[in-house]
Amino acid sequence: MCAVRGLTKTYPPVRGRRGAPGTPGVRATDDVRLDIRRGEVFGLLGPNGAGKSTLVRQLTGLMRPDRGSVEILGHDIVRHPERAARILAYLGQESTALDELTVSLAVETTGRLRGLELRQAREQRDAVLDELGLTPIASRPLKKLSGGQRRLACFAAALVGERPLLVLDEPTTGMDPVARRAVWGAVDRRRAEHGTTVLLVTHNVIEAETVLDRVAVLERGRVIACDTPAGLKERVAGEVRVELVWREQAPLEVPEVAALRARAVESGRRWSLRMAPEEARAAVATVTGGAAFAALDDFTLATPSLEDVYLALGGSTQGLVKA
Amino acid sequence: MSVVPAEVLPGAGMADGGARDEAVLGARARLWPSLAAVYRAQLSRARVARIPLLFVATFQSIGIMIMMRGVVAGGADARSVVAGASVLVVAYVGLNLLAQYFGQLRGSGGLDHYATLPVPASAVVLGAAGAYASFTVPGTVVTAVFGCVLFGLPLAHLWVLAAVIPLSGAALSGLGAALGLLAPRPELATLFGQLGMSAALLLGVLPAHRMPEAVQMARDLLPSTYGVEAFARTFGGHPDWAFVLGDLAVCAAVGVASLALATWAYRRAAVR
Repeated sequence: MCAVRGLTKTYPPVRGRRGAPGTPGVRATDDVRLDIRRGEVFGLLGPNGAGKSTLVRQLTGLMRPDRGSVEILGHDIVRHPERAARILAYLGQESTALDELTVSLAVETTGRLRGLELRQAREQRDAVLDELGLTPIASRPLKKLSGGQRRLACFAAALVGERPLLVLDEPTTGMDPVARRAVWGAVDRRRAEHGTTVLLVTHNVIEAETVLDRVAVLERGRVIACDTPAGLKERVAGEVRVELVWREQAPLEVPEVAALRARAVESGRRWSLRMAPEEARAAVATVTGGAAFAALDDFTLATPSLEDVYLALGGSTQGLVKA
Repeated sequence: MSVVPAEVLPGAGMADGGARDEAVLGARARLWPSLAAVYRAQLSRARVARIPLLFVATFQSIGIMIMMRGVVAGGADARSVVAGASVLVVAYVGLNLLAQYFGQLRGSGGLDHYATLPVPASAVVLGAAGAYASFTVPGTVVTAVFGCVLFGLPLAHLWVLAAVIPLSGAALSGLGAALGLLAPRPELATLFGQLGMSAALLLGVLPAHRMPEAVQMARDLLPSTYGVEAFARTFGGHPDWAFVLGDLAVCAAVGVASLALATWAYRRAAVR
């Protein structure tokens, strides 16, 4: 239902001012090719700055690509960006346009601007607020809500005036588990009843593994892999992940620990290692016995996640979230 | 958590081949209903941001009039002070605050919300400008009445505000919207809005005939001047209504032009 070919967008270099260095030109999306099928939840996974939002802005007609084509349900979005608004609903990361409205009015107004008659807009508003459990806070301005509630209210606004494609840019940021379940429940109902397609931007690997049918992994504007989460994980099936957390610092005087360091990705006191199962068993035996154990705070042994896939594909670890 | 496999969904599988045929597009929002929806939504913001939108401008204008009371005794000068202070409320809210609002909306990416809805650009601009012009009504009326009492001017022709507020409101909020949407950075939008408001203050409230010639010419270029002039004329014993109408016509023309410019600026800002 959505075909993207050779999509490229380069941000021009910024010349430095006095005292501040300039930034070179950045290729935010680099020859991106995607095919999203009808009725699937398709994910874009990558750390901040990978080009996810830039890509989504080009798919929603908000930004013109330098090169390439975007076709959604047969419509050429590069040539007719205004058609995007009649095919898809977009939940962006900003809520400034709705912040000073009440939840109820924000949803109703969005419905009206999506072409609904007043009566329809009100009926759908009531239904969506009820579905997402927002009715008790319907009369409060978004500005006065917590981040997660505000996000849920914006999600509600994206649902009024049904569209065949939902484009959601990090929809669950700041939400508690109840709100997250409300979001995925609402998405599933729309898929089952209307065959709605969902394009989801996320940097949360756990969310990606649980809700996505297929995922494209982005790194510096390029799609470095695209498959089902299970398919991607098969690429690193021969490996397990060992996480070590040291109390203060790693006991490098133990030779086995010093040897592990070369293969570890360190973040503070946490070491993260991908290794074959038998190596992992040996490593765990080393750190849970003798001098190393005294310095050890915590350790976990886990099957690979999408984060491991991302690392195995050559991604830089910073920025992916496990929550 | 997603529990529905993609294969069992209605229409799944026909995806890639079927994409050749253009699907039916969703409805487009029509101009008047969407304008009404934007206007209503914007108007409701006054409940949350009551103090900046409704009170600050009024206090400022009343303060200026009290200050000017010590300098100006009465006559033509008093008329222009009261008219200028009243229209200043419109300039503060319509020009300054609307420029800030659109500047922030553009800078923060808030315009994306409107840009991904099938709503005409003019509905967004006119709805917001109309709401901001409406915010000025209570403040302008209060300022005018207070000024008339303070300077002993007749209240008989205050009804003319019913024309002055919408027309100068259109001119000034159109200008404010255009400035906010054209400014490359939100701080610049704030700066332009503030400068426009300061110009309306200096050139509108202070009696014109005491100014040097260059300033008087600048005064003629400012759209708020014509609102001030139209309003000031009606305080006389026998107002010359032809001149009043002429001044208001200038406001209306500037309003149409600036709102058209703002609509163009919105389209330009929405897709980058």
